[in-house]
Amino acid sequence: MSDTSTAIVSLSLADVRDRLARRELTAEQVTAACLDRIAATEPAIAALLTNRGEAVLAEARALDGAGPDPAKPLWGVPLTVKDALTTAGTRTTCGSRILGDFTPHYDAFAVARLREAGAVILGKTNMDEFAMGSSTENSAFAPTRNPWNVARVPGGSSGGSAASVAAGQCFGSLGTDTGGSIRQPASLCGCVGLKPTYGRVSRFGLVAYGSSLDQIGPLTRTVEDAALLLSVIAGHDPRDATSAALPVDDYMGALAARKDLSGVRIGVPREFRGEGIDPEVSAACQAALDKAQELGASIVDVELPHTPYSIAAYYIIAPAEASSNLARFDGVRYGRRAESPRDLADLYVRSRAEGFGDEVQRRIMLGTYVLSSGYYDAYYRKAAQVRRLIREDYEKALARCDVLCGPASPVTAWGLGELTSDPLKMYMMDVFTLSLNLAGLPGLCIPVGMGGRSGMPVGLQMLGRAFGEGDLLAAANVLSGALGVPGVAPACEGA
Amino acid sequence: MALYEAVIGLEVHAQLRTRSKLFCSCSTAFGAAPNTNVCEVCSGMPGVLPVPNARAVEYAARMGMAVNCTVNPVSVFARKNYFYPDLPKGYQISQFETPICEHGHLDITVNGQTRRIGITRIHMEDDAGKNIHSAGDNASYVDLNRSGVPLIEIVSEPDMRSAEEAVAYLKALHAIVVYLGVCDGNMEEGSFRCDANVSIRPKGQQEFGTRAELKNLNSFRNVQRAIEYEIARQQDVLEDGDAVVQETRLYDAVKNVTVSMRGKEEAHDYRYFPDPDLMPVRIAAEDLARWRADLPELPQARRARLMEQHGLSEQDAEVLTADRALADFFEAATAVCGQPKKVSNMMQGALLRELNQRAVTVDAIAMRPEALGELVRIVEAGLISAKIANDIFGELLESGAMPEAFVKERGLVQISDTSAIETAVDEAIAENPAEVEAYKGGKTKLISFFMGQIMRKTKGKANPALVTELLQKKLG
Repeated sequence: MSDTSTAIVSLSLADVRDRLARRELTAEQVTAACLDRIAATEPAIAALLTNRGEAVLAEARALDGAGPDPAKPLWGVPLTVKDALTTAGTRTTCGSRILGDFTPHYDAFAVARLREAGAVILGKTNMDEFAMGSSTENSAFAPTRNPWNVARVPGGSSGGSAASVAAGQCFGSLGTDTGGSIRQPASLCGCVGLKPTYGRVSRFGLVAYGSSLDQIGPLTRTVEDAALLLSVIAGHDPRDATSAALPVDDYMGALAARKDLSGVRIGVPREFRGEGIDPEVSAACQAALDKAQELGASIVDVELPHTPYSIAAYYIIAPAEASSNLARFDGVRYGRRAESPRDLADLYVRSRAEGFGDEVQRRIMLGTYVLSSGYYDAYYRKAAQVRRLIREDYEKALARCDVLCGPASPVTAWGLGELTSDPLKMYMMDVFTLSLNLAGLPGLCIPVGMGGRSGMPVGLQMLGRAFGEGDLLAAANVLSGALGVPGVAPACEGA
Repeated sequence: MALYEAVIGLEVHAQLRTRSKLFCSCSTAFGAAPNTNVCEVCSGMPGVLPVPNARAVEYAARMGMAVNCTVNPVSVFARKNYFYPDLPKGYQISQFETPICEHGHLDITVNGQTRRIGITRIHMEDDAGKNIHSAGDNASYVDLNRSGVPLIEIVSEPDMRSAEEAVAYLKALHAIVVYLGVCDGNMEEGSFRCDANVSIRPKGQQEFGTRAELKNLNSFRNVQRAIEYEIARQQDVLEDGDAVVQETRLYDAVKNVTVSMRGKEEAHDYRYFPDPDLMPVRIAAEDLARWRADLPELPQARRARLMEQHGLSEQDAEVLTADRALADFFEAATAVCGQPKKVSNMMQGALLRELNQRAVTVDAIAMRPEALGELVRIVEAGLISAKIANDIFGELLESGAMPEAFVKERGLVQISDTSAIETAVDEAIAENPAEVEAYKGGKTKLISFFMGQIMRKTKGKANPALVTELLQKKLG
């Protein structure tokens, strides 16, 4: 890679956006720099499932021809998008073989918003199949590797997006978060990841995993960049009945308005401390909280007493919804179809057995079981009740403070293959993230430094009130600004 | 059947008359080329979401009100999961624990006895597509035009005791959906269809017998015949000392039998759960109040009023109220001439005959009710004969012309001038001496022969009352 290219890809999204707007850089230059970086890093990290390659250069040249447009806040900015989001004319696999070479004719709402804002979509990022996993090792195609150490996982399920951002392939990416799938890989890859409030971003075009939990959100290298992307993708969509009709706050204004953390009450849930957390993670998070206090925040002890039940509730609700959501992949209309089926049952059974990976099949079976006649009350209904209690826990805690903080992941990035044979242990990796999806609240993860033992990134999770993304981003921006961000990972090139 | 009593409940599916589907904006039009009224939502593509059709919710609520249901201000869409090629999402979006309407009833009268049939619930759901099996290339095709079309399912209590009661209930429901305009009621196109749960039990026994669910009952007649067959079949089974099996049975209208389709052991576990893509359906109190105030007079009430106000027989009132447009037509025509019985007769005679010949409904013709009222009036006033009225009815129906002007223009006005008629009477008598002799010899029925002769001479315009009077006088 040329030095110019390296310099360009190291910029933040906000910086590159401003330079493009001022014509200090052309869209073609920026896009070409990203393509160079992709070519240099992709063999080592495998962050992308689809690289649109030369096609995006033509788009960039067309943008340059038309000139910068102040009405387009992402004019000329190259981004990547998780393969769980439909992209008109570009293959969408959801990390699964069952979709085959499915190419949708419709953009996801969030993708359409990016395009309307003038962004260049470089490609589709790798993911755990149907977003089921915490390491991106459940991708049907290849595992993605962590740009900070390619022997380690990037987290998941938006591991491709996090790796793509951390490696400098793009200036931001859209991920999806059903139980932590944006925040946890952001934590493991040292980037910023935001899961908005349920309903803040339309789910239209997001291939559903757990419909009542799924949210689309940005992964970026800075908090400001996350705010920029959220400003573009947030808003009501008449095609998603669960999208909120509330107006979108001025996130950039909120960031500009906050210079320190005075008056901010940070709640630290007892359940997010202590047991099971790697000491290097605890230490980095504690240092960040100390910094927050220096910046004027007060620390409040709070409780989320039903947190221990969140994994159980989540692993009933999410698979139940998934078992129904994934029924449409039946080999009848699109995607993979078994060869010469004997009869209808054979068509279904073989198409699905051949098309879905082990973890997806496991969750479909779990979900089918918990919804079965005679088990519904004991499992699904009970889980829905627990979910309400968890939501109430958060409401009570957030009545006493403005932000809740804790580690996004109990450990830093682990080695490839280390947990693949132990699904329960893998499920435990989401212990700090998934209760937030059950509550439907917004949360983001910021990098707070490198682990003292592993040298791998540690992320702090900050959780806020429903539709309080503005306050949350503003507080995170102050703290992250004081702590600094690791930026683009250098090591992965040519590794 | 003396020893046994039938217990029947009906599940009626009515397609709501909305322009677009329940969860997307595709057209609901019937008969389009396969897979042309289809989008990414109703074909179950990845990542798409349903958005409910507000008009469908309104129609379902109105139907509930019309059959005395409680309309729930909050109801919940639920997924009914099963695999079938005509079901693109792998689940149907229906309502399960909290349907939009519950606890209603409908009174029916059979053989002079009025009985109250409970309505358990009405819920909304989207229809499946259609599998088409082609013998030619031994393949199956799927047409998704119907996929996502809005339906309501109206579930009755097992309150009916005979096939006649079941048909009476079904006809009453049919009349209501059509009156409300929430369904076109077309049974041939499947817009209004019915499954019947039938069991029998020894008279006096409280517990229900084992039931069979009958499907493919696509006409009132088939409902009647299928239930009658099934009652007799179950009776034979019991009398042979066997047990009735719980199963789904398909009615074969050609052979008039029901045939086992699938047993209980093959029954689906639908794994219902609230659809997370849809918020609970909330209906504002103001909307409920407005819809209730807008409820039209329903068939039963209108029938009673027509009998009371216009002195119609029960049978006449029933025919005229079977269709709201017909009843509206009747009342408008009667307002013009003040002759309800004559209007009723002309509608059930000439009008229904001409409608049936053309296979159209009364709202599709050019003739206005005012024209029919005027036609009755000019017949009664002796301006034209009933025969002329009958002869020109088809033309009036097609053209929409007003009858009085029409008959004057065509010179069809009756001859009531005695001298003109007298000439024709005299001629007829002179030309037919043999018949005159026979008449005088006692064959008085020959008066109609002379009437025919005179009508031919006057091209049907002679006033028949005057002709009869003159003939009787002259033939003395």
